[in-house]
Amino acid sequence: MSARGAALGLALALAVAVAVAAGAAAQAPTRRVTEQQVHDVAAQLRCVVCQTLSVADSPSEMASQMRAIVRERLEAGEPPERVVQFFVDRYGEWILLAPPRRGFTLLVWAAPVVAVAAGLLLAAVLLARWTRRRRAAPAAPPVVDPAMQERIRRELESGP
Amino acid sequence: MTPRLLRWLIPLSAVPVLALLAYGFRVNPREAPSPLVGRPAAVFALQTFEGAPLALEAQRGKVVVLNFWASWCYPACYEEAPVLERNWRAYRDRGVVVIGVDIQDTPEAARKFVRDFSLSFPNARDTTGRVSVDYGVYGVPETFFIDRRGRIRAKHVGGVTDETFRTNVETLLAEPTG
Repeated sequence: MSARGAALGLALALAVAVAVAAGAAAQAPTRRVTEQQVHDVAAQLRCVVCQTLSVADSPSEMASQMRAIVRERLEAGEPPERVVQFFVDRYGEWILLAPPRRGFTLLVWAAPVVAVAAGLLLAAVLLARWTRRRRAAPAAPPVVDPAMQERIRRELESGP
Repeated sequence: MTPRLLRWLIPLSAVPVLALLAYGFRVNPREAPSPLVGRPAAVFALQTFEGAPLALEAQRGKVVVLNFWASWCYPACYEEAPVLERNWRAYRDRGVVVIGVDIQDTPEAARKFVRDFSLSFPNARDTTGRVSVDYGVYGVPETFFIDRRGRIRAKHVGGVTDETFRTNVETLLAEPTG
């Protein structure tokens, strides 16, 4: 092999090596993802087969497959909100355990606050009314008719 | 505020809460409209029980009936399996393909199901659950009707009947090609 041929071969090998390395880097930009990070995303998602559990808590096969998808996407560098959105895009907002604080589901968030406020207001109104009545009561002199007064006086005087 | 009005107001305040609960509990999440209807169907590449490659993209230009099932899904999947087979035979020459995707199942039970119903349309197992998630599948059976351009046009929850199959497929077949 001539010197020129060897140089060409070397250049070619180098090019291939760079291409392979670049390809590998592009394919798997894996980052370290902890169990906790997977859990944090999975806990926001409803397990589709059991419905009352989150994907983090469900022992079902479906949930474990969904956790694997969460992990994979996080490892690929996707931010947690995007991973949650990935599931919302496919299942709708029903997949979220906490309903979004807007539109119709805002009602779910607002209702308890409104109910507590209304209850406090009602209690305040009633309390005000009751205390007013009680304070007003002793101001009026007790009405005892003269016949009864006379009877009391007589019985007190007569003694036992 | 008179006491009489107040006496009525307290029970009345419970009415909107009860109405909201009544609405919430009567909505079946599986029947909630799928956000996927009208969107391009997610592509997938699986392997049939016979070992042949099964890719959605290879079906472009055909009307695809994508059915998710499981051998433990009784009775709905057992009722619709003959319906799917019958209609697949009736429509296959008109550019319709039925694809069965078996989810959350054991290979033995699934193979037995395919054998018992003599299913001749392509069936494959979704071993990783990725296809199920891509289609937002809650349970089985669920069926997606995909048009010739590869868009999901309808989702049917529960067993497919002859009427459901025909109505959806005929609608998509009636659309101009291309």
